[in-house]
Amino acid sequence: MLLTIMLLLPLLGALIVALVPREEEGLARGVGYLFTIATFILSIAVALRFKAAQGGMQLGLAVPWVPSLGISFKVGIDGISLWLMLLTTFLTPICLLSAHKAIDKKVRGFVAAFLILETGMLGAFVAQDLFLFYVFWEVMLVPMYFIIGVWGGDRRIYASFKFVIYTMVGSLLMLVAIFYLYVTMHDVSGVWTFDMEQLRHLVLTPRAQIWCFLAFASAFFIKVPMFPAHTWLPDAHVQAPTAGSVILAGVLLKFGVYGFLRFAIPLFPWAATWCSPGLAILAVIGIVYGSLVAFAQDDMKRLVAYSSVAHMGFVMLGVMAWNAAGIQGAIFTMLSHGLTTGGLFLAVGVLYDRRHKRDIAEYGGIAAQMPRYAAMFLICTMGSIGLPALSGFVGEFMSLLGMFNAGPLPAGFKQTLWHSRIFAIIATTGVVLGAVYMLWMFQKVMFGKNANPKNQSLKDLSGREVAMFLPLVVGIFWLGLFPKGILNKMDASVRGYLDEYRAKMEDIRNFRQDDASGEYRHHLWPEGYVVPGAPVVRQPEPTVEAQPAPQPAPNPDVAPAPPGGGAP
Amino acid sequence: MTSDFPLYLIPLLPLIGAAINLLFGKRLSKDTNHYIAITAVGGAAVIAIHACVSGLWPLWKAGGPGTPSLTWQGWEWLHGAAGGGMGETAVSLKAALVLDPLSAVMVLVITLIGFLIHLYSAGYMAEDKRYATYFGYLNLFTGAMLILVLGDSLPVMFVGWEGVGLCSYLLIGFWFDVDKNANAGRKAFVVNRIGDFAFLLGIFLTFYFTKSLSFSGVRDGVGEITGSRIWGAPAQFWICLLFFIGACGKSAQIPLYVWLPDAMAGPTPVSALIHAATMVTAGVYMIARLSFLYVTAPTVMAIVAGVGAATALFAAIIGFAQNDLKKVLAYSTVSQLGLMFVGVGTGNFTGGVFHLMTHAFFKAGLFLGAGSVMHALHHAKDPGDIREMGGLRRKLPITHITFLIYCIAIAGIPPLAGFFSKDGILAGAFAFTAPGVPRFYGHLIWAVSSLASLGTAVYMFRLYFLTFTGKFRGDHHVETHLHESPAEMTIPLIVLGLGAMAVGFVGIPAFLRSHHEPLFVRWLSSGDAPVQALALHMSSSREWLLMAVATGAGVIGIIVAAALWLGGPRPAVVSLGNGLGPVKKLVASKFYIDELYDLVLVRPFRWLCMAVYQIVDRFIIETLLLGLVTTLVDFSGRALRLLQNGHVQRYMVVTTMALAAILWFGMRPSDEFTVQPVMGAQNTISLHANAHDYGTPNAPQRKYKWKCATDDPWKAGGPDKTCEYPNPGKYEVQLEVHDDLWGTSNKSSKLIRVGGD
Repeated sequence: MLLTIMLLLPLLGALIVALVPREEEGLARGVGYLFTIATFILSIAVALRFKAAQGGMQLGLAVPWVPSLGISFKVGIDGISLWLMLLTTFLTPICLLSAHKAIDKKVRGFVAAFLILETGMLGAFVAQDLFLFYVFWEVMLVPMYFIIGVWGGDRRIYASFKFVIYTMVGSLLMLVAIFYLYVTMHDVSGVWTFDMEQLRHLVLTPRAQIWCFLAFASAFFIKVPMFPAHTWLPDAHVQAPTAGSVILAGVLLKFGVYGFLRFAIPLFPWAATWCSPGLAILAVIGIVYGSLVAFAQDDMKRLVAYSSVAHMGFVMLGVMAWNAAGIQGAIFTMLSHGLTTGGLFLAVGVLYDRRHKRDIAEYGGIAAQMPRYAAMFLICTMGSIGLPALSGFVGEFMSLLGMFNAGPLPAGFKQTLWHSRIFAIIATTGVVLGAVYMLWMFQKVMFGKNANPKNQSLKDLSGREVAMFLPLVVGIFWLGLFPKGILNKMDASVRGYLDEYRAKMEDIRNFRQDDASGEYRHHLWPEGYVVPGAPVVRQPEPTVEAQPAPQPAPNPDVAPAPPGGGAP
Repeated sequence: MTSDFPLYLIPLLPLIGAAINLLFGKRLSKDTNHYIAITAVGGAAVIAIHACVSGLWPLWKAGGPGTPSLTWQGWEWLHGAAGGGMGETAVSLKAALVLDPLSAVMVLVITLIGFLIHLYSAGYMAEDKRYATYFGYLNLFTGAMLILVLGDSLPVMFVGWEGVGLCSYLLIGFWFDVDKNANAGRKAFVVNRIGDFAFLLGIFLTFYFTKSLSFSGVRDGVGEITGSRIWGAPAQFWICLLFFIGACGKSAQIPLYVWLPDAMAGPTPVSALIHAATMVTAGVYMIARLSFLYVTAPTVMAIVAGVGAATALFAAIIGFAQNDLKKVLAYSTVSQLGLMFVGVGTGNFTGGVFHLMTHAFFKAGLFLGAGSVMHALHHAKDPGDIREMGGLRRKLPITHITFLIYCIAIAGIPPLAGFFSKDGILAGAFAFTAPGVPRFYGHLIWAVSSLASLGTAVYMFRLYFLTFTGKFRGDHHVETHLHESPAEMTIPLIVLGLGAMAVGFVGIPAFLRSHHEPLFVRWLSSGDAPVQALALHMSSSREWLLMAVATGAGVIGIIVAAALWLGGPRPAVVSLGNGLGPVKKLVASKFYIDELYDLVLVRPFRWLCMAVYQIVDRFIIETLLLGLVTTLVDFSGRALRLLQNGHVQRYMVVTTMALAAILWFGMRPSDEFTVQPVMGAQNTISLHANAHDYGTPNAPQRKYKWKCATDDPWKAGGPDKTCEYPNPGKYEVQLEVHDDLWGTSNKSSKLIRVGGD
């Protein structure tokens, strides 16, 4: 119940903001702060109630929504979504704070859009019903479209359009696969349901898995984003207002990886394994490619956007390691990326608010002019390039360690150990490349002579700006020094996720071996699993075998020919 | 033998000092700034001494199994559940610290020399605007360096390793308004990161075999490493090589040494602390720390020694032709670090660490002395140019005397510190034997290293003579402002001078002390010996000979330098230098290595990034791929729009045609038939064709033709058909259905097997 209240609170806030008179901008902002902070506090209460030792979904609520179609409002969290939920509630008030001065048009709409966005994001993280997830997934898109399209930069229309088109293409493919899954579930079990708890017991044939996985993956792949579907990201970031960039990099990108972890892999484990070398290669390409391209940018926001491509490569690589260290590293990298890249976008925003320029060449020697700002920027930069004892290192280290130690894939896949080690080795170059482009930008902006006369009267961070950086900086240090509190809360969930994955892979392998015809078919896992509410299966009547005629003639053994003999 | 001790206090104090100065330093007075910083490091030194004297020393005295050590368990830092491809291996790593004889040496060097340099900085940096920030960084560095040496595991060491890199970056670029300084800082960080890349891979590979990250765990699992091979070489070869590449980055060895000379852009005390005494020796420390691994990989040992010797000689040669006080010292540092690697590379781990310690004293002193000189010359255009110096011995008496002591020490003249440590390394190199390494290799290393130390004596005394002897060559205005530095700067010089004279005595070689192992060696080799020396087998007479050669090299070097530069550059030398024009230019330009790297690596990398962005990102993905998709969508949209033209008649035409097509295809008769094996007499078999068609099964206008076997003719019939086969075998039954009304037909066949087996 607590979780549901937390989820719907921002929506309530949005309704209240809508009732505020248009000219009362301060009031609208106040309502925004009140509700986002209250949501954050509630999310902490949720986290405190969360029992780390217990795997599976917790603090759930399930209310039938459209019972005839098997759609329910079902929410719950586990150790994976818990932290992403907290990241969301943590970043949203900071985003609103960053927009305190920067957004001065249509304030009411902006605050409402952010509140709706927050509900959408939280909903997608906690939804345990595939249909509900899809609804929240699409709900997120709408406010983000407006945030870029209304409050964005010069080419905001192009960027917001590109963002929506890219995301929609993947989403619609996913929707098709969701319906396929829904129908197949009914065929196999006799129950119409979107409930993930039930759907994850459905094991499709490998062929069907591959198509469905590709459809799901196309949605998540674009969202991550992985090479080569990443080009919407720099455009969206550059055009979005600072708050939009922060939430886009901090939370929205995480849905890609979260979707893989929560839906695409548990639902289609065979296909995911089949695709995993390819995905790992794309992740490695993303790391190297993102870093190289970041170094070629002359716009600060574009540089940070491409660095996100590289960082998300580390995340996907960890997921593809198929071991606990890799997955925990991946989730941790997501959290760290949310803080550091969020911080970097805030930092770019601070300069943009003052000068309305994002070009690196416009700046130089800012550190002497704005020492407090330089300190914040430096900490975010160092966190981002993975300086040990700051947040970035732990996640990168663990996902690389996981990848380096990845064993052979289960169920007889032919990926050997050396592939994974080579992936890890190439990915580790990202550590060097990250330092190259981030320090280059830091130097060009911060160091040197403050030669540009327009920069000589820049004011250092105000109290409000320090207040928005401070939680991030504290978080960056906290995550880097004491990651255990976060990592061990996901232990049980990650282990459960891996156990289920292995059991399903084993099931698929055994299934093939058992079936004399060598063909798979859709079935439920584990064997004999009965979906609640399934119609009682009538025992098939014993079939009477064709009795041979009593003649002492030899039995004709009639076997059907392979199909394809027919000609029209 | 271990016992607990709150070791965290040692790095924590400087870190607290750093936090105070960085957060609030600007609101405090400069005096408060440096009191905080100096007290923090002094406190750390006191705790470290206390830990060593009252904690570690008794444990060491008592002997017993195991390495004597003090530990602090810390908290669980890295944590990962078991499961997946790593089997039941959980990742669990404590942020634990350990003080054993090896780290004790390092901790004492860092805190004591660090303390002196903090003290010195209070004088040297007194005029600087960002005084508090400077001390904050310096404290932060000290804390990180202490974590590096105290860390009980590879990742904790890596925390310090990268932490000192960060501080080095910040301090080299401390005066960042000059682009050159900021560039130097970035270069240092990036080159170090290249080494760190290898370090990280080494950690991953070590974990892969030993399933552990702590030093003790790795030591226990070393059998797993030595039993495995990768790409035809033993696993320990790759691991040690990777760690050595990491060490090359941090300790400025070929080919990653290029950042260190540029690092002199930082304030001089920083050069003394970070780029001479402590941070750059971290690589040597790491190899000593992992000596148990290195002794299993003699090939890598030989590589370490070879790279060390080559670097020592190469840097010494460049050192000849530099005219900047700090640049000469920088190349000298690179050269001396090379010698330390010769030490650890020839299995003489104690020798390498011993030289690390003595070098910390005299090289820190040299830098501080140089700082004192430059402080006195701060009115000059380029205060570091030795061509504009001379005769400073009268104006800067304390600096002069101490500088002379350091120079004698580094030249290896007995009985100063450098003599014992350098002699130990050279003797060790001469005696180096390892399986698979040819005997002459050790002699070669010895010869190259000896040549390098001869060179060291020459260029160090060139520096000394040009700076302190003869007449002042700078302009008059500068000369009038010459002055000795204040007490907070001269006291560290004196203390370090005393150190440079005294510390060598803890390592007097055994053959001079009636074959008692020197204290330093016994200290480091206690228990199960974290620092294992390959046994040296040499007769006393040969040791005497080697010592004489080493001393002779130093003396000859000084004589040569005196002959050429005593009292200022002799005209003959100047003309000789001019005569050597191109060679001199080549050496003075550091063999154009920086330019080469720039040409081969740096610029092409930049171009690569630009090319990837423009070609792949902008052109292939954005223009071609996206253009293709949008064009397709656009085209199909336009094409479909043509249909939507509002003419109802056309709509009707299309609709009717579509309907006809649907009917025609929809009314195709089904040719599916099932085979029912109903046995009749004499192997007959009856077949039934079931052509169910959209609600009109077996419509009357349908015609069926059957073929019971391939050779039979087509026969008209109904939906049911009985075939008879006299002999067992395989037969193909064919059916053709024709629908007269729609004029469509379909055909199919099935294979059946009759009788037999």
